[in-house]
Amino acid sequence: MDYVKLIILGLVTLFAAIASSWAHDLSYQVHAVLIMLVAAGLFIWVLRRTDEPAGPAPDQGIYFDGVIRAGVIATAFWGIAGFLVGTFIAFQLAFPVLNFDWGQPFTNFGRLRPLHTSAVIFAFGGNALIATSFYVVQRTSGVRLWGGKTAWFVFWGYQLFIVLAATGYVLGSTQSKEYAEPEWYVDLWLTVIWLTYLVVFMGTIIKRREKHIYVANWFYLAFIITVAMLHVVNNLSIPVSIWGSKSVQVFSGVQDAMTQWWYGHNAVGFFLTAGFLGMMYYFVPKQAERPVYSYKLSIIHFWALIFLYIWAGPHHLHYTALPDWAATLGMVFSIVLWMPSWGGMINGLMTLQGAWDKLRTDPILRMFVLSLGFYGMSTFEGPMMSIRAVNSLSHYTDWTIGHVHSGALGWNGMITFACLYFLTPRLWGRKEMHSMSAINWHFWLATLGIVLYASSMWVTGIMEGLMWREVDDQGFLVNSFADTVSAKFPMYVVRGLGGLMFLAGAIIMCWNMWMTIRAGKAATATLPEARPAAPLATPAE
Amino acid sequence: MSKGRVDKETGVETTGHSWDGIEELNNPLPRWWLWTLYACIVWAIGYTIAYPAWPMVSGATSGLLGFSTRAQVAEQITEHEAKNAQLVTDLLNADLAAISPSDDLHRYAVARGGSVFAAQCSQCHGSGAAGAKGYPNLLDDDWLWGGDVDAIAYTINHGIRNETDPDARYSEMPAFGEFLSGEEIDAVVEYVVSLSSGDVDSTLAQEGRTVFADNCASCHGDEGLGDRELGAPNIADALWLYGGDRETLHETVYNARFGVMPAWGQRLSDEDVRAVALYVHGLGGGE
Repeated sequence: MDYVKLIILGLVTLFAAIASSWAHDLSYQVHAVLIMLVAAGLFIWVLRRTDEPAGPAPDQGIYFDGVIRAGVIATAFWGIAGFLVGTFIAFQLAFPVLNFDWGQPFTNFGRLRPLHTSAVIFAFGGNALIATSFYVVQRTSGVRLWGGKTAWFVFWGYQLFIVLAATGYVLGSTQSKEYAEPEWYVDLWLTVIWLTYLVVFMGTIIKRREKHIYVANWFYLAFIITVAMLHVVNNLSIPVSIWGSKSVQVFSGVQDAMTQWWYGHNAVGFFLTAGFLGMMYYFVPKQAERPVYSYKLSIIHFWALIFLYIWAGPHHLHYTALPDWAATLGMVFSIVLWMPSWGGMINGLMTLQGAWDKLRTDPILRMFVLSLGFYGMSTFEGPMMSIRAVNSLSHYTDWTIGHVHSGALGWNGMITFACLYFLTPRLWGRKEMHSMSAINWHFWLATLGIVLYASSMWVTGIMEGLMWREVDDQGFLVNSFADTVSAKFPMYVVRGLGGLMFLAGAIIMCWNMWMTIRAGKAATATLPEARPAAPLATPAE
Repeated sequence: MSKGRVDKETGVETTGHSWDGIEELNNPLPRWWLWTLYACIVWAIGYTIAYPAWPMVSGATSGLLGFSTRAQVAEQITEHEAKNAQLVTDLLNADLAAISPSDDLHRYAVARGGSVFAAQCSQCHGSGAAGAKGYPNLLDDDWLWGGDVDAIAYTINHGIRNETDPDARYSEMPAFGEFLSGEEIDAVVEYVVSLSSGDVDSTLAQEGRTVFADNCASCHGDEGLGDRELGAPNIADALWLYGGDRETLHETVYNARFGVMPAWGQRLSDEDVRAVALYVHGLGGGE
C-alpha cells in the first residue's frame, strides 16, 4: 500500500515540476510549485514510515474526533481570515485609495472580493459543515466514522483546495462565475475531495446502529449530494491548455447565465441553508436539552425545501435575456419556498418550548435563537426580493448585499459560533468555555455589527435603486452612476464599522477558544453499547 | 414506530426515537403554517396561468394577461416618444441659434443631447467632455472648425477627415519631415514655443520665424492664430490638442497629424444630432 502511495506521490511531484516550468501564467505556475512541494513533502513522509512497524491500531470503540478538532480550529482560522478581508474590502469601497497603487493588480477590490466570499462561504462555512457533519453523523448513528483515515484526506484535501482557490484569485485566475471562480484543475481536485466526503458520510450512515436516520443527517446528505451535482455541472469547461489555468465554459450566453444561477442560488440553498439546518437539528435540541418540536414538520419541510429550492435560480435573472417564462417559474417557486424555509425556523424555535428561561443564562443558546431569527428574516426577504416588481428596484443594488449578509452573518455566522462554543469544551475535555462573559461580549458585538451592516445596506440599496430609475418628465435619466456612488459614501462607512464589530467579536471567540483548548487536552468519547435493533414485530401473546 | 413517552413540560407524546439523547415530539404541523403554504401554492398556480410560465413542446405558455417584459419596455419608450412628439418636431424645425436657454425646447434638447453624448461621444471626448490627447476638449473656446451651434452641428453631422461622407470637414497638414531639414524643424518648433511661452532660445526662434513665414503661415496665419476655414489650430495660445512641449511639437511638424471623427449624421437621427450639438454648445465654450 505504501509503495502505491509512493509511486503516485512521486508521479504527482514530477508532473507538477514539469508543469511549473512549462506554465503559461503566474497563477498556474505558483500552484504547480505548491503542489510539487506538498507532494514531495508527503513522499518523504510516507517513505520514512515505509516498512516501519505499524503503531497501535486506533481504538474502534471511540468516536473519530481528531479530524473534528482540526476542523473546529480551521473553521475559526478561516473565519478570521474571511472577516478580515471582508472588512478591508468594505473600506476599499468607501475609500478607494485602499486599493493601493503599489499593490496593483494583487490588492485590487476585484481580486480581493472573491477571496472574501470564498473564504467565508467555503473555507469558514465549509469547514464548519464538514466538522459538524462528522461529529453529528457519528453521534446520531452510534458508530465510528467510516473509512478510517479517509476523513483526514477529506480535511487536508479541502484545505489544499482553499489555498489553491484563494491564491488563484489574488494571482488573477478566475473563470468569472460568482462563487465558482476557481479554474478547472482546482475544480477537479474539489470534485475528488467532495466525492470522498460523500463516501465517508454515506458509509457511516450505512453502518449505523440506529434504526432510523436522524433528520440532521438527511439535511447533511442532501447538502453533500446536491453540492456535488451543482459543482460538476456548473464547472463543465475545457482547458485552453493543460499547462495553463484558463478554461472555456461549455455553455455560452443565456444558457451559461442560467446554469450559473442555478448553481449560485442552490449554493445558498444547499450549502448555506440545508447544510446549516443539519447543524441546527442536532445542536439546538442538544443545547436546549429539549426534544425537537415536530417530527412531522421536519419531514414535510425537508422534502418541500429540497424539491422547491432547485427551481428558484432564475429569479437572479429577472429582466435579462432569460425568457419571461423561466423568470416567472423562478419567482413562483421562490415564493412557495417561503413556508418550507420557515419550517426549519419553527422547528428550531419551538424546540425551546419549556426551556425559554435558559435564554437568560445561556449565551450560547441565545446565539442559536438569534441565528434562527435571522434565518427566518432572510428567508422571508428572499422570496420577497424574487418578486419581479420588487426585483426591478432591488436588483444590482446594495440591498442584495444587505440581504446576503443578514443571512450569512446572522444565520450562518451565529449558528457556527454557537456550534464552536458547544464543541470546543467537549472535544478538549473541559466542562465549559474558558469565559462565559466573553461569549456575551461576542454575542452583542456580532449582533450590533449585523444590525449596522444590514440596515445601512437597506438604506443605501433602496436609495441607489430609486436614483437609478429616476427619470424626468421627458423620460431622461436624472442621475449618473457616479452620482449614486457619491451618495452612498456615508452608508459605506457605517457598513465598514459593522464589519469591524463582527470581526472584533470573532477575535474574542478565538481568544476564548485558545484559552479553553490550552487548559484542556484531546478528549476521547466512547461509542454507546451496541443496542439490539428494535423488535420487528411484537411476539404473539 | 415504537411508542413514545409523554413529555412533561408540554404534555405532548414523543415519537419514541432517540438519537444521542435527542427525541422528537409528535406535534402536528402548525395550522397557520400549513394554510399559508396552501395559499402560496394556490397563488402560484393562478400566477402561472396569468403570466408566461410553463415550457411546452414549442415555446412556453404566454399567460392570460399577455405580459412580456420586452413589450413592457417598448410600451414605455413609445409612451415617452408620444409625450415628446411636439418637442421633437419643434427641434427639427427650429433655428438652433435662436433657441433661448430658457425655452422648454432647450431643456429637452440638452437632456436628450446629454444622453446621446454619454452613449456615443464620451468614448473619445471623455464623459465630462474634457477630451484627451488627440481628442479635442469641448469645454473650452478653442474651436478648430468653429464654435457656434450650427458649426458644431455641421461637424457632428459630417465628421472630420472620414472617408464615408464627401461633405466631411477636411484639411491635411503636410508631413514637413519630407521638406525641411532637421535644423529648420528645430528652429520652427522653437519659434512656435515662443508664441505662447517666454522661456526660449531667442536666436533659434528668430531663425524659426523665417521658416514659419515660408511654410506655416499660409494656414496658421502670420501670428499663428489659426484659420477655422481650414481647421488649422491656433498655435499661439496655451491650449494643445497633442501637446505643446518641444518633443511633441517636433513629432507633429515632422509627421503631421490626421485626426478623424465619424459622420454621425449617418448613424444618429436628425433630432439626436441637433440635440447633441446644443448640448455641446452649452458646455461652456459655445459661441
